[in-house]
Amino acid sequence: MLLFGLFAEPVFEASKHGSLWPLPQKVQISEVSLKLTSSSFRIVDAKASSAGPSCSLLQSAYRRYYEYMFGSAKKQWWSKNNRRSDPSDLSELQVWITSPDSECDGYPSVTSDESCEYLPFLVHVMFNGGVQSGLETFSQLVFEDEYGAKSINATIINDFPRFQHRGILLDSSRHFLPIKVILANLETMAMNKFNVFHWHIVDDQSFPYLSRTFPQLSEQGAYHPYTHVYTPADVKMVIEFARLRGIRVIPEFDTPGHTQSWGKGQKDLLTPCYSGSKPSGSFGPVNPILNTTYDFMAQFFTEISTVFPDGYVHLGGDEVDFTCWKSNPDIQKFMQQQHFGDDYRKLESFYIQKLLDIVTSTKKGYLIWQEVFDNGVKLKPDTVVHVWIGGGSDKEMSNVTAAGYTTILSAPWYLDYISYGQDWQKYYKVEPLNFEGTDEQKKLVIGGEACLWGEYVDATNLTPRLWPRASAVAERLWSAKSVTDIGDAFNRLSLHRCRMVE
Amino acid sequence: MSVVTSGRYTFPNYTLVFFIFLQLGLHSVEGVWPLPQSITSSPERYPLNPQAFYFTYGSQSAAQEGCSVLDEAFKRYFSLVFPDYSSGYGFLRFSVDKPFTVQVSVGRDDCDSYPDEDSSEQYTLSVSAGQASLKAKTVWGALRGLETFSQLVYQEDFGSYYVNKTEIEDFPRFQFRGILLDTSRHYLPLQAILKTLDAMAFSKFNVFHWHIVDDPSFPYQSRTFPDLSAKGAFHPMTHIYTQSDVRRVISFARMRGIRVLPEFDSPGHTQSWGKGQSDLLTPCYSGSSPSGTFGPVNPILPSTYKFMATLFKEVSSVFPDSYIHLGGDEVNFSCWKSNPDVRAFMMKMGFGADFTKLEAYYMENIVNITVALNRTSIVWQDVFDYHERIPKDTVLHIWKGLPASYAAELSAITKAGHRVLLAAPWYINHISYGQDWRNYYTVQPLNFSGTEEQKKLVIGGEVCMWGEYVDATNLTPRLWPRASAAAERLWSNEKQTSDVDKAFPRLQDFRCKLLRRGIQAEPLFVGHCKHEYQGV
Repeated sequence: MLLFGLFAEPVFEASKHGSLWPLPQKVQISEVSLKLTSSSFRIVDAKASSAGPSCSLLQSAYRRYYEYMFGSAKKQWWSKNNRRSDPSDLSELQVWITSPDSECDGYPSVTSDESCEYLPFLVHVMFNGGVQSGLETFSQLVFEDEYGAKSINATIINDFPRFQHRGILLDSSRHFLPIKVILANLETMAMNKFNVFHWHIVDDQSFPYLSRTFPQLSEQGAYHPYTHVYTPADVKMVIEFARLRGIRVIPEFDTPGHTQSWGKGQKDLLTPCYSGSKPSGSFGPVNPILNTTYDFMAQFFTEISTVFPDGYVHLGGDEVDFTCWKSNPDIQKFMQQQHFGDDYRKLESFYIQKLLDIVTSTKKGYLIWQEVFDNGVKLKPDTVVHVWIGGGSDKEMSNVTAAGYTTILSAPWYLDYISYGQDWQKYYKVEPLNFEGTDEQKKLVIGGEACLWGEYVDATNLTPRLWPRASAVAERLWSAKSVTDIGDAFNRLSLHRCRMVE
Repeated sequence: MSVVTSGRYTFPNYTLVFFIFLQLGLHSVEGVWPLPQSITSSPERYPLNPQAFYFTYGSQSAAQEGCSVLDEAFKRYFSLVFPDYSSGYGFLRFSVDKPFTVQVSVGRDDCDSYPDEDSSEQYTLSVSAGQASLKAKTVWGALRGLETFSQLVYQEDFGSYYVNKTEIEDFPRFQFRGILLDTSRHYLPLQAILKTLDAMAFSKFNVFHWHIVDDPSFPYQSRTFPDLSAKGAFHPMTHIYTQSDVRRVISFARMRGIRVLPEFDSPGHTQSWGKGQSDLLTPCYSGSSPSGTFGPVNPILPSTYKFMATLFKEVSSVFPDSYIHLGGDEVNFSCWKSNPDVRAFMMKMGFGADFTKLEAYYMENIVNITVALNRTSIVWQDVFDYHERIPKDTVLHIWKGLPASYAAELSAITKAGHRVLLAAPWYINHISYGQDWRNYYTVQPLNFSGTEEQKKLVIGGEVCMWGEYVDATNLTPRLWPRASAAAERLWSNEKQTSDVDKAFPRLQDFRCKLLRRGIQAEPLFVGHCKHEYQGV
């Protein structure tokens, strides 16, 4: 039992699982306590491991977790040789990558295995995707006594995530988020074993992504062309920082709606709205009837496919308002030519299908918001459908999976909606597979995402608004279905929160 | 309202001029928050050069150099007026600008006193070529004027500073404009409190209501009863306020014209007190034997009142303000009911089974202790609700309910002749999705049935940030700029500020100003500020 004894929460009691979060699949904590001394403790590659000192990803993870557990090396110099290690010390953590390919220089992907087995003295992981979670778990087992000495109880853990896709969506368009904030968030995601950063990078309000092919998009469409943009170097930094923590970065370029800011830098991209027989001066969604639109999209998504290494791109497709399309005489004519009648969903489908073909040609898979599926767009079988609409999401999950599509769930986890009190419990109690469907259908649910939309969120309040509320989602997506004891969760989460605050 | 009288000054109605200002002025002059009672400004503007900018005392001013409050304020406001300026680097000066002088005159040398319930915060500010003249009765009024002046200065895209020709006459609508912080549910580090005081001054709040102790912890380190925090704080060393911490808060607040009102809430909300003071709390009984748990303060023992008298004597010597908040809310009677000694006492006193009488008996004793210490008591409305025999000068603090019920309470309490403080509509620890600042802004504190005399008894309002879900990690963005909405309601003329949509862009501007000043104020809606918050 780990007793931190620091914070006297009114109903707080120590959990038998200490501060582990999210709870591992199998864990046995013994009474045997081992000391850890900063001067002698090392994290090393196991002899049989397929990864060695040349694996910079592992080495930097070792150093990160060493510093995380003991503070930075500079703070530690005085304690060197302070005490000799004795047999009850734990002097080494061995990391054994058992798969032949350690994936050291690769990016985490949708197929990365994050399972990990942890025996006393040894973290034994299949792929490096598991190193992040294994080290995180190890560090969560380490506790400090009243005099600051570190110990760990002999423990056996066998762990793997319940769902493959465990994401956080941040919105950098409603408010610009400084790089520092995004990196800090990735760090906290790693502490919670989240593995997907869904970067809703642009939207109506601003276009902070600095495109090499179309620099005018951010020059004209960002809140400020220098101070409120993400340069290619910034984006690279985010991706590498995430990679080192086993986190995928999936960018979202949402079209044809949610594109007001695109129009400022790219003429003729958006549909001119009409008032009566004249253009009103305002613009609607992307103009789906012009060839130039698709030329632009082809070039743009070619760039995106090289900048973002992940195998998937999120294409949005939500909340398309048809009124502007309806008002435009050229669009009306096009509708007639195409025999779409008055069904503007067909026009939307027309656009999306062309876009999907473009993105497919860049060798990327894609995610789309649920409306694209609802509106009957023909999708490739490996499309991931993202369910977000609050009412009736169970039915939607049923429908999407019945149609054979892979899906991720966000509807119950819109964390930008705040309310008074412990709303984390609401997020915690969600059971993602609680919809009608066969076992085969349930297997199509690859995970979920907590969404923090940016209408009311920027650097000033992002961190306290997201954490530890998102941690509730993290455990739901990682731990076994049977982990539902809200009291035990409160006790562990209280301690986990203190750890995050440090 | 056509004429407002405040002391010997009379202010004409500037409503018409004000609206002209709103329509024409916003592009060149960013607004002042909270809105001054009267402001006229012209497009004529004057450049300000940080190297030729001075604060001085007017020759007729009662306070001169050496006045701690104003000397410090001049330093503070110099960097607030010129946020880019760092004295380490000499500016290249292409032209010799004429100097600009802000001349401050006050009618009284109250530099070494504390702001109190009667302190005038009235000021007039006149900005013209080469100089601004700021006149106030007190240094506290001068502080408010300096804040206003700092908000009139704006920076152009190329970095130069300007101020427009402006005339302002200003004074607060309500005398008491407070913020409650709760340092018991969560400990707030000293820095978080000082930061809040800084931000309070930017919104012209003038009372810091320090709900310093409560059930969960007792962080106040008492000189007389050190065990209270040694045993009742979350941690006896790291989670306490030492005497010097408290002094620092009081002096930091004084420099900003802010009163510090301590609350030692009893007889309920005292679980943490019991840890360090045995026999203070009532032992609860389960059947005929003590259950091991404790209830509210034990009102039947003389030792209780002796303890309280000693504690409040200390409190009144540590906190200079003439008010003390005594709490008195949410007393749970079940423990008292279970205790045979308490029941025997009830019999003896002839209270029957009416425990509100026991509570009233207790509060009366406590109020008398503070009266003897020459302090005015503030108590939560509960005390009035069960007991009308409290001294007339006790201030009642309304915290419960929706507009209809707090309006009724305002009526009833003022009818009984008590002064009253309104907090019910401003419990901003209750968060919800969207722009809830609009609710705080549209409150009408005097919209209750009562005579003019009754309305005068409403001394002000208070924004409460209870600490169940708040600590240093989220305090600032949760408090600001939402509390600023209440600040304008409490300072400005209600008729001039009744339109919440017109307030929106001004509050957005003000929020960007807060960011520029290092206050982590959260956004009102989508958009951006030129200088975003850069911390993590």
